[in-house]
Amino acid sequence: MVWCIGSLEQQGEAFVQQPVLSDAAPIQVEQHEGVCVIRATGAWTIDTSATVAQVLNRLSPAADQTVQIDLDGLSALDTTGAWLLYRLKRDLRYAGFSVSFVNVRESYGALIEAVAQHDAPCPISPPAEHSLICQIEDLGRGTVRAFQSLMDLVGYTGLVVAAFARVIANPRRMRWASLVHHLEHVGLKAMPIVGLMSLLIGVVIAQQGEFQLRRFGGEYFVVDLLGISILREIGILLTAIMVAGRSGSAFTAQIGTMMLNEEVDAIRTLGIDPVETLVLPRVLALIIMLPALTFYSDIVALLGGGLFAWLSLDISPGAFIRRLNDAITLDTFLVGMYKAPFFAAVIAIAGCFEGMRVRGGAESVGEHTTRSVVESIFLVIVLDAMFAVFFSTIGM
Amino acid sequence: MATDDMEHVIRVRGLKTAFGRHVVHDGLDLDVRKGEILGVVGGSGSGKSVLLRTIIGLNRPVAGEIEVLGQNIGKLEESEFRTLATRWGVLFQFGALFSSLTVAQNVQVPIREHLKLPQTLMDEIASYKISMVGLPPEAGAKFPAELSGGMRKRAGLARALALDPEILFLDEPTSGLDPIGAAAFDRLIRQLRDALGLTVFLVTHDLDTLNAVCDRIAVLAEKHVIVVGTMEDMLQQEHPWVRDYFHGPRARAARASVEQGR
Repeated sequence: MVWCIGSLEQQGEAFVQQPVLSDAAPIQVEQHEGVCVIRATGAWTIDTSATVAQVLNRLSPAADQTVQIDLDGLSALDTTGAWLLYRLKRDLRYAGFSVSFVNVRESYGALIEAVAQHDAPCPISPPAEHSLICQIEDLGRGTVRAFQSLMDLVGYTGLVVAAFARVIANPRRMRWASLVHHLEHVGLKAMPIVGLMSLLIGVVIAQQGEFQLRRFGGEYFVVDLLGISILREIGILLTAIMVAGRSGSAFTAQIGTMMLNEEVDAIRTLGIDPVETLVLPRVLALIIMLPALTFYSDIVALLGGGLFAWLSLDISPGAFIRRLNDAITLDTFLVGMYKAPFFAAVIAIAGCFEGMRVRGGAESVGEHTTRSVVESIFLVIVLDAMFAVFFSTIGM
Repeated sequence: MATDDMEHVIRVRGLKTAFGRHVVHDGLDLDVRKGEILGVVGGSGSGKSVLLRTIIGLNRPVAGEIEVLGQNIGKLEESEFRTLATRWGVLFQFGALFSSLTVAQNVQVPIREHLKLPQTLMDEIASYKISMVGLPPEAGAKFPAELSGGMRKRAGLARALALDPEILFLDEPTSGLDPIGAAAFDRLIRQLRDALGLTVFLVTHDLDTLNAVCDRIAVLAEKHVIVVGTMEDMLQQEHPWVRDYFHGPRARAARASVEQGR
């Protein structure tokens, strides 16, 4: 007797090892006088489809015969089961069999029919592009884009300066309410976190400095170390980084969201300049507040260092102040303070600039916020290096 | 005549929801019968979407009982709830597709999460689901950002249908679609219901959808369902809001177009 399809008996050993396929096998194959009957039994749903598909894969056509797929034993069918039945019929037909469904309940027939109409394989993911050429192309594009973005930032800075000049010429155009609002948000509300950070940094520098300087018997130079490093570099740099993370990112997110809501477009159509209304108050607020925060940070950091010196090194506050007075000059303090407004302008302009470049969806807001923080911190540090060269050249 | 002994797949009793002091629903009762398409209408801010979100467990009600497919939502364990959730599909207003995945991968997400199927079968399932909701095969490999609003909704529908759910929840399925796209979507909902035997719970503003698709309509006003019934029932209603809604010029135009279609 010739089997049209590999039967359970023929593949008995393979099936026995798989308990799910013994009693509850989703198909049984029988042979009746030249007609091969495949009985689908049990539930053919998405939950059982893994087993069903596995069993169907083992069916291997053997000879040209008539095949009947008997659906009498089906207890449940969903689109996945219907798809498997349809696919079984389709594949057998391609293999040259004459195939038909028998004992089909009306609802099942409709479902199989519904699925059969949608046999249209679709690609799952776009073709992958990982070749070397693609990567080189990406590198080139990235470089060009980075330069373009830098040029745009320079142009944007010009725009802000021009708006500032207009406002100076006509002070009534200044948005005072907005300015005050941002002064509060970037300045006053940043005080707790900037203070805490500065206090801890002061303590850490004093503690580490003392530990290292003690080896040379010079632990009293801790005061010099604190005074010079904090006033010249650390106070302003840490405050600028904190403000870039806190306020620069907020500027990007706020303006970016307004871009998405078409608020910026609405401002333009009303004949108002968005740079004047949105950007200028933010930039000015930061230019005013970053020096103030830096001054505050300097004081708190020195306080932290002094506290550590007092408790751990027995340097009394009076001695600390006298020593500090000898160690630093007014210039030491001013070098830090001079840098603050420039850093503020960079942070605020980069933040607003990235905000205005938001396009599309919420995802873009996140992307540009990240960029604005990275950009502003990077530019602050580049600027700081340039200032270091400049101040040492003029002897400050 | 509709009777109470019909099988109800959703039963809401005495539902009260609130955000802080703002009460959205109070004493809301609603039944959804097996195999029907129920449209929920109501003014802006009447809490239609909140009702949908509460039934599918995204909002916790202050009081009341919600039974879906015979199980009380509030009393389920986390794992039982997740199992129950695989028996319904949800289409959010803007599709809510995962933007980092292609359409076909989006459709496969629920399958991948709940079952272990061979990749070829999953690809086949994604293919016929995508075709079923009327998207061309090329759409499978596209990312949501590359699709129009209407295609995004269809893709969202394909994902909602991925696990062959018994209930389909649709939040404003035709909002933001042009009239041709909206009419096609209406037809699609009906076809899918007929082919797959779904129960559909849809929230809408669209009078054409109500006319063309819904078997029954539930009107949400004054914090509860004030009336449930067929379109004919709605036209008999005396409640002022219901009258204004179903007898307004837009409602007449929508009805006329359906009658012409017949």
